[in-house]
Order: sequence, then C-alpha cells, then structure tokens
Amino acid sequence: MAVYRLNTPVSEETVRKLRVNDIVYISGPIVTARDAAHRRALSFHNEGKQMPINLEGLAVFHCGPLVKQEDSKWRVVAAGPTTSSRMDLFENDFIKNFKVRIVVGKGGMGKKTADAMKKYGAVYGAFTGGAAVLAAKAIKQVKGVEWHDLGMPEAMWILEVEDFGPLTIAIDAHGNNLFETIQTNVEKEKSAVYRKLCLK
Amino acid sequence: MTGKAVENVAVKLLQLAVTELPQDVKGALRRAYQEEDTDVGKAQLKAILDNVELAEKTCAPICQDTGSVIFYVKAGSKVAGLDQIEDALREATAKATKEVPLRPNAVHPFTQKNTGDNTGKHIPYIHWEIVPGDTLELTALPKGGGSENVSALGMLNSSQGITGLKKFVVDTVINAGAKPCPPTILGVAVGGGADIAMKLAKQALLKPLNQRNPDPELAKLEHDLREAVNSTGIGPMGLGGKTTVLDVKVDYAHRHPASYPVAVAVQCWAARRATARIHSDGKIEYLTHKVA
Repeated sequence: MAVYRLNTPVSEETVRKLRVNDIVYISGPIVTARDAAHRRALSFHNEGKQMPINLEGLAVFHCGPLVKQEDSKWRVVAAGPTTSSRMDLFENDFIKNFKVRIVVGKGGMGKKTADAMKKYGAVYGAFTGGAAVLAAKAIKQVKGVEWHDLGMPEAMWILEVEDFGPLTIAIDAHGNNLFETIQTNVEKEKSAVYRKLCLK
Repeated sequence: MTGKAVENVAVKLLQLAVTELPQDVKGALRRAYQEEDTDVGKAQLKAILDNVELAEKTCAPICQDTGSVIFYVKAGSKVAGLDQIEDALREATAKATKEVPLRPNAVHPFTQKNTGDNTGKHIPYIHWEIVPGDTLELTALPKGGGSENVSALGMLNSSQGITGLKKFVVDTVINAGAKPCPPTILGVAVGGGADIAMKLAKQALLKPLNQRNPDPELAKLEHDLREAVNSTGIGPMGLGGKTTVLDVKVDYAHRHPASYPVAVAVQCWAARRATARIHSDGKIEYLTHKVA
C-alpha cells in the first residue's frame, strides 16, 4: 500500500503506476457526474457536439452534491459519493471517449468498467460513503456548473479540489478489482459463517 | 402544549439528527476503529470519524442524503393539543429543509416530481403510540436511501423457525455487500405479519447501541448474529475488515401458526436519530444529544 498525491490532469503513465489498496489524494479540477450527466455526455459525443469541458486526465466523481448559492457564488455544503454501480452502464464508453483517468465513487464497479480501465488506463478510487463534509472540505471552489437543467444533484459541477481523499484504489489499470476479490472471499466464507450459527 | 412548541422541538431534532450522531453511535464507531485490523478498514473508519467530527463542528449534514423523514410520537393521553401535532411535524419538516438545510427527498412515485420540502403523501410518516401521562416524547429518524434499498422481508416457512431467521439475516447482509455503507446496524424482527415485522424491525433501530437486550435469549441471538455477520469479511464500506455491523437489535411479535415473517431493517453507519421529551410545564429534555 502506497500513498500518492496527484494533480489533475493525470497522465496515463501515472495512473498505471497505481495498484489496488493504494491511497490517493487528488488536487486540481474534477467534475461530478451521475446517471443523467453520463447519458448526456455520451450523446454529445455521438452527435459530435463540443463538450463544455475537456475531461482528458481528469477525475469524474459520482456525486449529487448539496450546494448553496451565497452572494451569487456557489458553495458545496455536503458532497459524499453515490452508488457507482448505477454508472456501470456508461462508464466504459465514458473512459474510452473522454479519457478520464480517475473515477471516484462508492461501492465499486463491475467487470465491463474494470476491463475499460485496463484497456484505456484509468482507476477507480473509493471515497468513504457518507463522508460528505470531509469531501466538501477538500472542495476549494466551484469553478462552474454545466447542464444545470438536469437539477442540482444531476448537473455536472466543475470543482477545484485540494487533497481530496483518502481514495482507496479499488480497481487498478491492471485488471485487479478489490470489491470483486472481497465478494469472492465473502462467498467462500459463507459456509463458515453458517456453521458459526449451527446452520447447514 | 401548543403546535408551535412541538414544531420548534421537531426542527431542532431534525437539525441535531442530521448534523450530530447520538453518543452511543459515536462510541460504537470509535470502538470499531480501535478494533479494526486491516489498513483499508481502518482508513475508512478514520474518514468516518473525521467526517462526524467535522459535521458536528461546522453544523453541516453528516451525509448529503439527509433521508426520508420519519417521526415516532409517544404521546401521554393527558397531553393537550394532540390534534395539532401532525400539522406541526409537517411544518417542522418543511422548515428544517430550508434552514438546516436538508436535501429535498420527497418524490411522487408516478410523476417523479420532487415536492422540494420533504413533505408529501404520508411523508413525514408518523408512528403514534398513546401512553399514560402528560408528557410527549418525540423521535426524529431521517432514514437514508442507500441502506433502505437493501432492507428485506422474508415470509419464511414456519417449520424453518429460528434457523431460517439466522440464514435470512446472514444472506441479507451478504447480498447487500458494500451498498448500505457498512458498518451498518440491523433491526431484525420476527412474527406478527409482514407489516408488523417490518415496523418492529425499523423501530429496533432506535434502541441504544450500548445497552444489551433485557431478554437473555434475545441478547444471545443478537450477540450470535453480530459475531457471525462480522466474520463475513465485508468490512467498513465493503472494502474488507472486521466490522460489517456495529450492532444487531432483535424484537418479535407472536405469529400466526402458518407464518414466519422475518424483517431486516438496515441502517447505515450514519445512524441519525434524535429524541426529546416535552413535559407538561413546557420543559424540554433532549435524550440522545447534549443541548446547551
């Protein structure tokens, strides 16, 4: 387990150095995207429309933040991760088309996403679910909001972060998937757990 | 007791609940941190504890999902103005949404329209209990969606009995994996009927974590289930480790001879709840939180 402090945009070479269980802190620009923003970004790509921001090397954060407007400026009040598995539908194309290098969320992602991360060079960093104030503290500035018509949680928020983390690398660019490994181990342990309770 | 007094206390309870965990939950999380032996599990619990402290200090919601609002009302039969309480709790919910703030989480299931203030049909939901006396006890339970999504009801074969219950609890936790933001708290109830089991299971989440069940048989079942589930290795946030649940609370009702309903209500580590007692002389006593 190593600890890394990375600045976005991150190169493919850098993310390929990361391994599952490593701890990462990010500084620089990141964007939020949930289901609706993923869908819109991919339709922009398919229609050949210009994206509002170049995502290459950036981190995409699965998050629907609680944001407050104060004196015409946005302030992020709470911004914990949402369940990433919902984005498994889109993430492989998202990584392929936009070259994002870090995906941040909670609960892990599936094989299709992990395969894309291996192929194109990206990692998944797990942020502690519910730790919404810790995340908000690392957000130094709201640089902009795109697609606000999707609603506060679904819009694409462009955030400047400093030492955003700790992120536990749970999928690396070498085909390792920590959540999958744990799930497999849990299944293996199941009969031992049953035995503890005198069950068959 | 005036509606306005109840409203003010309810706003305060919602604010306390979403920004500050009850002492017993904080204690259980600290113990889990000390006992966790994997680096990854420890890092998760450290982030949780840092977040809890920061939320309390800055009066910010612990999690951006501030939940669906549920109230438990234990009303003394001699309390005046019982007819005003429901309106007061709805007002309080809308007010807290604006002031704390809470994330608007009340969505019409057919039109998908969000009401914007956390009130709607049957929301906030109010559980009533009429008891002797002249005090009013009010509990706010803002319940997060991620953990609610893995709560489960099993209408088991009555011949499976307690063996079926234990297996159902273990399977529910394993199927949930990382989704409910572990370490979780499980409310487990058996008997009654489908609705009664689920109601009792959720209500069991209100019991303090540092108190054992007074019924020795249930205390043993809670202990055994906790130990078993914590040996699955799911761990904090599903990233592996010792602590998958902080505690298990069991309740029961007598059952129909043909039925064996088992309900598991799952609560995330951000187990937000707050209780106050309003006395007939207007004195307010907060039971779960220290209020200056």
